[in-house]
Amino acid sequence: MRFELTPRPTISPVARALAPVLAFVTAFLIAGVVVWLMGRSPIAAFQVYVLQPLSDPWALQELLVKATPLALIAIGLSYCFRANFWNIGAEGQYVIGALLGSWLALKTHGGFWVMPAMLVLGILGGALYGLIPAFLKTRFGVNEILTSLMLVYVAQLLLDYLVRGPWRDPKGFNFPQSVTFDPAATLPLVADGSRVHYGTIFALVAVIVTAIVLGRTLFGYRLKLTGDAPRAARFAGFSAKHTTLAVFAISGGLAGLAGISEVSGQIGQLQPSISPGYGFTAITVAFLGRLNPIGILVASLVVALTFIGGESAQILLKLPLDLTQAFQGILLLCVLSADALVSHRIRFITRGGGK
Amino acid sequence: MSTFEAILLTIVTASTPLLIAALGELVTERSGVLNLGVEGMMAMGAACSFAAAVTFNSTLLGVGAGIVAGTLMAALFAVVVLGFAANQVGSGLALTILGLGLSGLIGAPFVGARRDPVAPISIPGLSDLPVIGRLFFGQDLFVYASILLTIAVAYYLGRIRSGLTLRSIGENHTSAHALGLPVWRVRFLAILFGGACAGLAGAYLSLVYTRFWSPNMTAGRGWIALALVVFAAWRPGWALIGAYIFGAATVLQLHAQAAQFGVPSQLLSAVPYLATILALLLLSLRHGRALGAPGSLGTPFVPDR
Repeated sequence: MRFELTPRPTISPVARALAPVLAFVTAFLIAGVVVWLMGRSPIAAFQVYVLQPLSDPWALQELLVKATPLALIAIGLSYCFRANFWNIGAEGQYVIGALLGSWLALKTHGGFWVMPAMLVLGILGGALYGLIPAFLKTRFGVNEILTSLMLVYVAQLLLDYLVRGPWRDPKGFNFPQSVTFDPAATLPLVADGSRVHYGTIFALVAVIVTAIVLGRTLFGYRLKLTGDAPRAARFAGFSAKHTTLAVFAISGGLAGLAGISEVSGQIGQLQPSISPGYGFTAITVAFLGRLNPIGILVASLVVALTFIGGESAQILLKLPLDLTQAFQGILLLCVLSADALVSHRIRFITRGGGK
Repeated sequence: MSTFEAILLTIVTASTPLLIAALGELVTERSGVLNLGVEGMMAMGAACSFAAAVTFNSTLLGVGAGIVAGTLMAALFAVVVLGFAANQVGSGLALTILGLGLSGLIGAPFVGARRDPVAPISIPGLSDLPVIGRLFFGQDLFVYASILLTIAVAYYLGRIRSGLTLRSIGENHTSAHALGLPVWRVRFLAILFGGACAGLAGAYLSLVYTRFWSPNMTAGRGWIALALVVFAAWRPGWALIGAYIFGAATVLQLHAQAAQFGVPSQLLSAVPYLATILALLLLSLRHGRALGAPGSLGTPFVPDR
């Protein structure tokens, strides 16, 4: 038996919208089989992973808290991916943003200006770190995939060095962590008694601004053209170099904002692990959301659910956290396959039939 | 044995998995497919080989399991990028995420277990020569296999008809298809070969290099192997040289950490990653962009009719 792949002449908008949903269902079925192979009940796992967080008001807040960095980073990545540039080092940009912002928090003692300045430094740190692979690409033609990823390891080692060395809390019983940020350096909560901090508002603003930029501005058109038809973009006079630098700065900046928001709004101090892999998971979120701002917003909530579900499944069902990571990998594979199947048709040809 | 000799021996051990994984990826990329899942396939190879080796108390079965695991992961990737013509960069990343997660699930029961060292070969007389004896005539079999593999891949890509076919498909899949060359079949096999090599490299890591399994033990080696392919300008001989340079950088930074020069250990740990960036940069400076990259690399193939 052979198969043939042909582009579909017209792409149904219904199929396009349904593809991520179908991908998600497929990924869940596959994960269910994995759970069953591990000797646990897939139904119980579904309950813990999905239904339980959705029916618990505390967990719903936690969902927003976890979705916030994912949405911020994924929105930034959507600029890169739309223009067909591959920034896969958002995790590193997140860490550097958190570090630069936290530096101010650790060096100052109060003042109304501290928090806004920390946010600016966070954005700046992430953007500058993101510009390194972009600069190497535009100036020297170095592949951005590999450099942006290598810089993740470097950023994580820098964080590790700082919290074990110069920035370690002297009264912290030798634990690798900084002092707790003082109130002026803590990102406020949206409402008293809630768990949701202002980072969630930033994410919403990023979604709205991006929707306008991508849909209504020349810059948005430029990204789309650079991604879909680079030759046409060159003829239109759009410099690929400037586009590269711009999208890496935007995605790095948003990752940095996510990093400093998480550290100052959620964790309250620096420690060796300030991210459960948000920077990598955000890639899945960006594609699950079809690189569309509203889609990413929904996708970030959906994927945040797997983080929370993963944590409770670890406690309740003794299912390791690695299952969550494996699920995210399966999910991304399913999403990309569904995307491709929307635009291509597969025909199986049995021996003797057809050409 | 002198320290110098010991360092040389560990450099060989550190370089071999990089070389094996890079050779596999090199063949995959020469056929026009970019598989960014090397790290994931390697992690699966490491976990599955260690699990099998401990369970059956056999290094041979362990190595087999590693190769099979890498190949199966690659087959999954092949179905997605060839069968569905999905985006190769995204799918490769997904494969890495999946591989790291799954390897954690498979390896979890084996944390803390240890394997005995794999015996190096011994040739009476030659292996006992000072300095070069152990280095050239006293390594484990994988090391010699990796050198033979380098020669075999170079010969295959340069001299064998099907190797030339593979390269022409990688350069321009549309023309190759028009000539009646089997684009899909060749690419499928090339992807499987890449997976088998990554699995073997992972097996080497957990069975020979560390002799235990721990989560995320590949520590970016799959990504370094990917960088090596670019560094080598898609030529096997240069992959060998590159792998040994990187192996040396890794080992020397470990020794520097042990010697405690007053340099933070994290800075030294960052050396292999910074060296990778530097190597890619120097290469671009010397040769201009994308030297020797196969023409169709990374583009999905959908035949025009």
